[in-house]
Amino acid sequence: MIPLLETTGLTAFYGDFQALFGIDLAVRPGEVIGLIGANGAGKTTFLRTVTGLLPAAPDAIKFNGQPIGGARAEALVKRGIAMVPEGRKLFPSLSVEENLSLGATVKRDGPWNLQKIFQLFPILEERRKSPATKLSGGQQQMVAIGRALMSNPALLLCDEISLGLAPIVIADVYRALPAIRAAGAAMIVVEQDIAQVMRVADRLYCLREGRVVLEGAAAAMNRHDIAAAYFGAVA
Amino acid sequence: MISWLDIIVQGILVGGFYALFATGLSLIFGVMRLVNLAHGDFIILAAFAALAIVQFTGIHPLLCLAAIIPLMAAFGYILQRGVLNRTLGKNILPPLLVTFGLSIVIQNALLLEFSADSQKLPMGNLTVASVQLLPGLNVGLYPLGVLITAAAVIGALQIFLYKTPLGAALRATSDDSTTIRLMGIDNRHIFGLATALSFAVAGLAGVLIGGYTNFSPASGPSNLLFGFEAIIIGGLGNLWGTLIGGMILGVAQAIGAEINPGYQVLAGHIAFLAILLAAPRGLFPRMA
Repeated sequence: MIPLLETTGLTAFYGDFQALFGIDLAVRPGEVIGLIGANGAGKTTFLRTVTGLLPAAPDAIKFNGQPIGGARAEALVKRGIAMVPEGRKLFPSLSVEENLSLGATVKRDGPWNLQKIFQLFPILEERRKSPATKLSGGQQQMVAIGRALMSNPALLLCDEISLGLAPIVIADVYRALPAIRAAGAAMIVVEQDIAQVMRVADRLYCLREGRVVLEGAAAAMNRHDIAAAYFGAVA
Repeated sequence: MISWLDIIVQGILVGGFYALFATGLSLIFGVMRLVNLAHGDFIILAAFAALAIVQFTGIHPLLCLAAIIPLMAAFGYILQRGVLNRTLGKNILPPLLVTFGLSIVIQNALLLEFSADSQKLPMGNLTVASVQLLPGLNVGLYPLGVLITAAAVIGALQIFLYKTPLGAALRATSDDSTTIRLMGIDNRHIFGLATALSFAVAGLAGVLIGGYTNFSPASGPSNLLFGFEAIIIGGLGNLWGTLIGGMILGVAQAIGAEINPGYQVLAGHIAFLAILLAAPRGLFPRMA
């Protein structure tokens, strides 16, 4: 089976600074990948490269078998890659509904529309006319996820959707993931909260200093392996 | 008594011109934080383009708008995609330098083609017609029409920006021109559209001011300055505030001119500085 997304020897740079040193990663259709690692390990850089916000060599990233490295971000959204960016990045001048509708600009066919998003997160229907940044942190995260889903992505990239949220709110946000997965999207979930990501991911990749230092089925991993990979220390 | 009322009303009417100058500037700045130092010169360029059409075809200057507005919009889009988009980035200096350079190029190109003579678009009887608002208070039909036009332009832009999907995309691009790309929207295209809109308004402003006062190739920078002042007085990011800012500037200039004709422009600048001192973010700020 052709992987939905496959990166081969993916490198990324910020000017002279190299942030990724040859990442090999694959996502199969419908699969949920957990991507973990300390701050600065390259998780966000990896997502920004896959979405086209950072340049990459054409063959380093394949989507449905086609080389897409270095394609423009807006073209990749049309092909089915959507991202929930770190820090949510909602548009403060726009209402909740306008933020969500903007996500549907590319008009891809699929299960998600405004009604379905409101079923997934009923609170957003109540707050649909509010300015997006007047909502609580958890509700804003729901808008960010909904906005990405509105493009009906084949691959949804979630960058630290628990960041800055209270544990009870994180549980609320994560409760939506099974429904998103059931609707057919594959996911890469970047997360600091390892226990959380192990519950939702099929497979885990751990990055350290721009390299993959651990990969495997989430169920087969133990905390000791992860801690060793995460910190690079021999415990 | 009636003479002071008259002065204030005339000043308010002139505010319509300043609001039109400012609206185009405000659109570009709002969407991409680009200060177009050549904006006043593009307004004058539109006035000269209208003059050339009038001289060549003999049609009424207002009929030229049907050609000038789309031409300026197309020119704006091409200029943005071809030149100005390349100057945008973290550093704010390149767009300032490039638009400053454009300003010099336009002024000198106009000088070469039309000489330094003062020109005026022949509006015919339109500019001498007046309407009576109160007994003893007559206002010019032409500036009244310009003020109404400015209000209509701002009203239409408000509806466009706040009620249409494309308007939402422009506001979103103004908020965050990187994240907009994750929505599948090409920020370069949105920047082009913002400049096209700005230039369409500049084209309108150029023809209207060209029929009201004399203009020469060097007239651009003062239009730019009045536009800036109207924006700052009204508060950044608020188009209705810009209209009121233009009126305040117009009234201050009219009062100054009444005291001494030499004080006209100075009085406007003083009012601008006084408001800046009292309310550094303008009277009706919207943008953080």
